[in-house]
Amino acid sequence: MNTTRLVVIGNGMAGVACVEQILKHNAAFDITIFGDETHVNYNRILLSSVLAGEKDFDDIVLNDIDWYRKHGIRARLGVRVEAIDRTAKTVRGSDGSLTPYDKLIIATGSSAFVPPIEGRNKAGVFVFRTLDDTRQLIEFAGPGIKAAVIGGGLLGLEAARGLQVRGCDVSVVHLAGHLMERQLDPTGGSYLEAYMRNLGVAVLTNKATKAMLGNGHVQGLHFADGSAIDANLVVVAAGIRPNAQLAKEAGLAVNRGIVVSDHMETSDPDVYAVGECTEHRGEVFGLVAPLLEQGKVLAAAITGNKGPGFNGGSTVARLKIMGADVFSAGDLDETKPHTEVVKFEDPALGIYKKLLLRHNRLVGVILVGDASDDHRYVEWLRSATDLTAQRRHLLTPPPSPDGGFDVAQMPDSETVCGCTGVSKGEIIQAVHTHGIQTMAQLKDRTRASTGCGSCGTLCQKLLKAVAPEFEEDKVKVLCDCVPFTQDKLRDIIRSQKLKSVQAVLDIYGNSIGCEICKPAISYLVDVVWCGDHKEDRSARYINDRVHANIQNDGTFSVVPRMRGGVTTPAELRRIADAAEKYNVRMVKVTGSQRIDLLGVKKEDLPRIWADLDMPSGQAYAKGLRMVKTCVGNTFCRFGTQNSIDTGIEIERRLENLYTPHKTKLGVVGCPRNCAEATVKDIGLIGQDGNWQVVVGGAAGKGVRKADLLITVETTEEAIQATELFFQYYRENANYLERTYDFVERLGIDKVRRDTVYATAEVRQGLLDRLARSKTRSSDAWLERNDPRPTQFVQIQPLDNWS
Amino acid sequence: MSQPKELPWLRITRADSIPAREGRSVRLGGMEIAIFNLGERFVAIENACPHRGGPLADGIVSSQGDGVTVTCPLHNWRISIEDGDVRKPSGKGHACVRTFDVKVENGIILFRPAPRVSETAA
Ligand code: SRM
Ligand SMILES: Cc1cc2nc3c(=O)[nH]c(=O)nc-3n(C[C@H](O)[C@H](O)[C@H](O)COP(=O)(O)OP(=O)(O)OC[C@H]3O[C@@H](n4cnc5c(N)ncnc54)[C@H](O)[C@@H]3O)c2cc1C
Ligand code: SF4
Ligand code: FES
Repeated sequence: MNTTRLVVIGNGMAGVACVEQILKHNAAFDITIFGDETHVNYNRILLSSVLAGEKDFDDIVLNDIDWYRKHGIRARLGVRVEAIDRTAKTVRGSDGSLTPYDKLIIATGSSAFVPPIEGRNKAGVFVFRTLDDTRQLIEFAGPGIKAAVIGGGLLGLEAARGLQVRGCDVSVVHLAGHLMERQLDPTGGSYLEAYMRNLGVAVLTNKATKAMLGNGHVQGLHFADGSAIDANLVVVAAGIRPNAQLAKEAGLAVNRGIVVSDHMETSDPDVYAVGECTEHRGEVFGLVAPLLEQGKVLAAAITGNKGPGFNGGSTVARLKIMGADVFSAGDLDETKPHTEVVKFEDPALGIYKKLLLRHNRLVGVILVGDASDDHRYVEWLRSATDLTAQRRHLLTPPPSPDGGFDVAQMPDSETVCGCTGVSKGEIIQAVHTHGIQTMAQLKDRTRASTGCGSCGTLCQKLLKAVAPEFEEDKVKVLCDCVPFTQDKLRDIIRSQKLKSVQAVLDIYGNSIGCEICKPAISYLVDVVWCGDHKEDRSARYINDRVHANIQNDGTFSVVPRMRGGVTTPAELRRIADAAEKYNVRMVKVTGSQRIDLLGVKKEDLPRIWADLDMPSGQAYAKGLRMVKTCVGNTFCRFGTQNSIDTGIEIERRLENLYTPHKTKLGVVGCPRNCAEATVKDIGLIGQDGNWQVVVGGAAGKGVRKADLLITVETTEEAIQATELFFQYYRENANYLERTYDFVERLGIDKVRRDTVYATAEVRQGLLDRLARSKTRSSDAWLERNDPRPTQFVQIQPLDNWS
Repeated sequence: MSQPKELPWLRITRADSIPAREGRSVRLGGMEIAIFNLGERFVAIENACPHRGGPLADGIVSSQGDGVTVTCPLHNWRISIEDGDVRKPSGKGHACVRTFDVKVENGIILFRPAPRVSETAA
């Protein structure tokens, strides 16, 4: 047979991307890939997002096991290549195997560099390079942990943010005078530092770590200047070193990395190298874009299609921390002759932009706080555009007709995805030839947006413009006024400390908003700050301005709270009196075990509430509606649990709180389920000796039987499980997402893991935040005593119409 | 079309009795007017949605890049509070609402009864 045996050492990003390219050339190769990690090829870049909890491990797989199978590739995972015998043309695996090759590709990447600091072998000291490292960090991190990250570069900062999101108390320790000193000038560094501080990460610059203290397990860091800090988790992110030892031992030319030609050839004609393990014209690499470029060049060369060679790396760097936009590219040396510097600074907004030009051409750029224009700059850098005509719009693009970024204005050659080097033209061609309709298909076909993901919005815009059948992916932005997903908005609100709807709209939106985004943002600021926000009623729906449900004729309905469906003769008497006094159109028993007074004029609301002297039932709000109960063991001969008291207690604990959508509960005393708990957002089903707590039920537009969250023995445990789920739903669901969709979307296993089975700290966190919100909440109908200006009155003109 | 006769300005209420970005209704003669405080200015329109008469003063102030609108609280129609046209549902054939002149002087909102824009003079 005429197939060439190709062996690849290293199952990482560059090696596998190169194999993907080789497959495109349809060459007859019999491919074996060795990887000392046990995982299939995954996106290393996104480990930062995994650490920060934004992505799951499953989300970052680039090629699953079926891909290897489909292409007949033998994957030897968990096997390390220990030696290369260039004479016999074999590689020896850590399992003792000898594998012959005709052609060999070394793609061993690099390893985290740990400086020889005293005490660095202590437990609790980690690096951040692989999926396993990330797993360990996640396992170790949590509230109460003091973490120190050594290194204030891209990797260190992303690690710091991830740990901080997981509840650690984080300090970044940096040797240089400012953060990311290789990509930023001191001013840019200080803006970034302010961002990090804002996020809650402490930053120590000019700090050389001398020793890691502690007995067995690390307890702190000691610095050259004599100072010290406590730390029981340390991440060393002080740089990387190419894995070139294997090549060196095999006698290949190696300096800092494996020396390669412009076509990725090593000093042996049958051996190639690609990725971070290489050294090209004296340079080594640490970002993915140039490495993927290398892969393309190598694939062409090894399949006999040698084309243009590799000519060095791009220097585009982006920090992947939500709410801290940092972008840097090109040559930042402003001392070189003929360099012009154009700058913009807004300390209040935290925005710093700096462009370096030579002879009217962009040579370098720094963006902190707002990197929304980065594509323009990358294109100017790449094509060395003469910017004479654009001088007035260097820092802010001229407004495009539709008020947004106009994809039509981009030249076809412009790179859309910097990581994978896919241009606008390639995307359009792929859309046309393969009938691409979704982002997932686009990623699959072109690999665009599979790197750091920062071009995702741009890809979506392109798809929308080009693909006739474009389907939005599940991740939807809140609305056109504030084009961010709700997850991202939550993060922005938290990290930028935005406490009012208007602040969010002014900085991240079109400053006016609409009936879709304003109530949603109102909800988000409330829940993020546990009620400690600036309430803006103009952003709330009328029902939440006057605490009643608007009816078809502009009057309102009034539903007092009747906890657990239990009332008293005195309450009923007041209800009857009020109904007569205010001429309500109808008194109705609702489907939720309480009484509705329908047809009340807005002006009358404060008075009818006062007469009723009962709290609001929130029948109008996206909030806790009611807890329906059955009579339970207090009366019923089959009752096994006290459903009435339990329901009333839960209603007391959760009432007056907003939720993403309305939330309805039910508590029943036995599985006969007389109050329909199995079709409620949260249901408690009493059984002999225990309670079942079920969540995500529905009996509205659709019917869904709730999933079992947990079975517990005591009533207090059941109430606590209810609270955990309630707060978890509050914090994680999208606005207007009922629990039945939320639970279905996440899966009950994840919900369980994150609530009742979460670590004690996580559970306590949920309960604490719920308690904080509860303390700040109050019965909405008490606003009758202190209404906002003309909240309920009909304005009477000072002059009259004659 | 004859030019409407200059009518006197009527004093309605103190400007600070309408919170920013909210509307309030006022009954004047046989008409209900919705007055909105847009922060830097006030606007006034008829307080009845062309759909089914919903109280526009109770709506949320909104915008879709085509001027400032109010979203009716009943079925989410969007009505321009600058020219009174229905912006959503889009398409021709909807009656528009009347708009009126308002201004603030010495902290008092003044209103002029004659409609500012002529009703669809087809
Ligand atoms: C008053 C009441 C009917 C009654 O006379 O019994 C009622 C009235 C309305 N329901 Fe309901 N629902 C009422 C119990 C229910 C129930 C039964 C229950 O709570 O156990 C359900 C099924 C359970 C559920 O919530 O899913 C129910 C499922 C709905 C739905 C469908 C929700 C879904 O996602 O499937 C809507 C529409 C929506 O929310 O989008 C809705 C919406 C409405 C609205 C708010 C429509 C609206 O937006 O104006 C109605 C307000 C009428 C008014 O002018 O006051 N109502 N509604 C009940 C008030 C209960 C209370 O005391 O608070
Ligand atoms: C947390 C994190 C965030 C990052 N963020 C970005 C970013 O935003 N943008 C960007 O451009 N880059 C980023 N990078 C860098 C990027 O991930 C690397 O540049 C890229 O993964 C390098 O690819 P590679 O194939 O050369 O090396 P790797 O992906 O490391 O792959 C090499 C593989 O070979 C294996 N191996 C080594 N020796 C052997 C052997 N002897 N036998 C068998 N297997 C072996 C290694 O275990 C590894 O699995 C980030 C890196 C990390 C760790
Ligand atoms: S659910 Fe059981 S306990 Fe409750 S009323 Fe029905 S039969 Fe009685
Ligand atoms: S009454 Fe205004 S939208 Fe229906």
